[in-house]
Amino acid sequence: AQFESFLCDVRVITTISKLTKTCVLRLTPDNLFFVLSGKVANGGVSMWCELSQANFFDEYQMEGVSPEDNEICLEVTPENLSRALKTIQNAKAVKVKLTKKHCPCLTIAAELPTLSSISRVVTHDVPVDVIPRRLWNEFKEPSMPDFDVSIYLPPLKTLKNIVDRMKNLSNFLVIEANLSGEMNLKIETDLVSVTTHFKDLGNPPWGDDASQDGGPSQSRDPEAMAQARVDIRKLQQFLMGQQVNPSKAMCSKSTHRVVHLILLHEDVSLQYFIPAVA
Amino acid sequence: MPLSTQSQGDAEQYVLVASLDNARNLSNILKAITFKDHAIFSATPNGLKVTVEDSKCLQANAFIQAEIFQEFTIKDDSVGFQVNLTVLLDCLNIFGGSTVPGVSTALRMCYKGYGYPLTLFLEEGGVVTVCKINTQEPEEPVDFEFCSTNVTNKVILLSESLKEAFSELDMTSEVLQITMSPSQPYFRLSTFGNSGNAHYDYPKDSDMMELFRCTKTQTNRYKMSLLKPSTKALALSCKVSVRTDSRGFLSLQYLVRNDDGQICFVEYFCCPDEEVEEQ
Repeated sequence: AQFESFLCDVRVITTISKLTKTCVLRLTPDNLFFVLSGKVANGGVSMWCELSQANFFDEYQMEGVSPEDNEICLEVTPENLSRALKTIQNAKAVKVKLTKKHCPCLTIAAELPTLSSISRVVTHDVPVDVIPRRLWNEFKEPSMPDFDVSIYLPPLKTLKNIVDRMKNLSNFLVIEANLSGEMNLKIETDLVSVTTHFKDLGNPPWGDDASQDGGPSQSRDPEAMAQARVDIRKLQQFLMGQQVNPSKAMCSKSTHRVVHLILLHEDVSLQYFIPAVA
Repeated sequence: MPLSTQSQGDAEQYVLVASLDNARNLSNILKAITFKDHAIFSATPNGLKVTVEDSKCLQANAFIQAEIFQEFTIKDDSVGFQVNLTVLLDCLNIFGGSTVPGVSTALRMCYKGYGYPLTLFLEEGGVVTVCKINTQEPEEPVDFEFCSTNVTNKVILLSESLKEAFSELDMTSEVLQITMSPSQPYFRLSTFGNSGNAHYDYPKDSDMMELFRCTKTQTNRYKMSLLKPSTKALALSCKVSVRTDSRGFLSLQYLVRNDDGQICFVEYFCCPDEEVEEQ
């Protein structure tokens, strides 16, 4: 398998490095995916981040494992990638290659400007693990569960401030939302109960089409709240990583099962699934 | 304003309702006395007094007069309860407590009486948060019996002069010694730590000394661990009055200006650690 590309700017890698220590990088002819599949080890959260390679790379050459399975799957530590990319921010040109040194590596070679006319070349070898084809099933795009409610999120900074304070008071948080653009965050302990009410958030149009036949969701009472109780640290972790305000941020709930957060920046979509707890 | 759209029926049931356009005018001053989890709230028609105590040897009080509040309604002569102060501060700062000019959190604090939680309605930018904090029966605060007729020595200093000294205080010293005298050294703070003894002298004619009224030489020691929290009150204040009485009890009174320039007071009482013979 081969992979070679010229890279412009991948800020999303810093965001992902805050969400998880390791994840899977899937490379296909058109896209890159950063995937975290929900395992007990990471508390059941899963993440799916999709980038269209054309938006980030000037040149992208990829040859998968075989013509039928034209993709490459690597296990990466996003923080290592992010650190390497940070040191070469001023580069005139960056090249990323999948190479084999003493172990498989993503080799990032950057041409850095200097005062003289001769450029300096800096190379980072970021070790990765190649994931064998038989395990690729684990990293497929998650299927959307039937959602009861989808809603646009309030400004992430506001959410983060509130969730940070709530974390001081409780380990669990209830998120509820309805189809009238209302969302509440609730915590309740022996000492205190706190509820934050958001209004006029708006619901994405496709929220109603969640189910195939359009039956149940059409008859859903717009005021009825879909609720999910989650570990507050998982929500806080998601909010901590967000450095840039996304153009769209949405939250969907299937009652009592999972909370799905999706952020859309111009070129990137990031989905995060937080399992609901009893 | 969303907060005032509560049902009128509710308003009838509360024995205490206090509203502020800027919750920081309460949370900032409470931070100056937050060294223990629990605080005793005592409200009278004059305003709100919040008390925090440590081992019956130290007491801090914050006074917020009724005029500071945009609304202050009390049904009885006196309303008292006890709450977890850390939880209260987290609630008052639920929107992040950042100081962005022009943006503030509005607060409506309501209490129905014995057995009911303290209810806070907080609003910022159209988002409303409702907090219900459990209350307990208020303990009786210690009466330090500190009265002005018994005051032997009093000075009023500009806080900035003390801030530097307090930030440099040798924390390896178990006590802070305060000497006040009509003659040299007038007003002296001393520590006795691992790196040696340190003295901070404030002459009576210094620019920083607004008032100097010492009748007799007194030297008293106070446990450093007890006085350390008072540094928070000092940091907020512009002036501080230091008084000792014939027993060596210490009263520190801090004049604090809030965001809107209004005046509130914070007061610390401390028992002396041991009597030191007058020099």
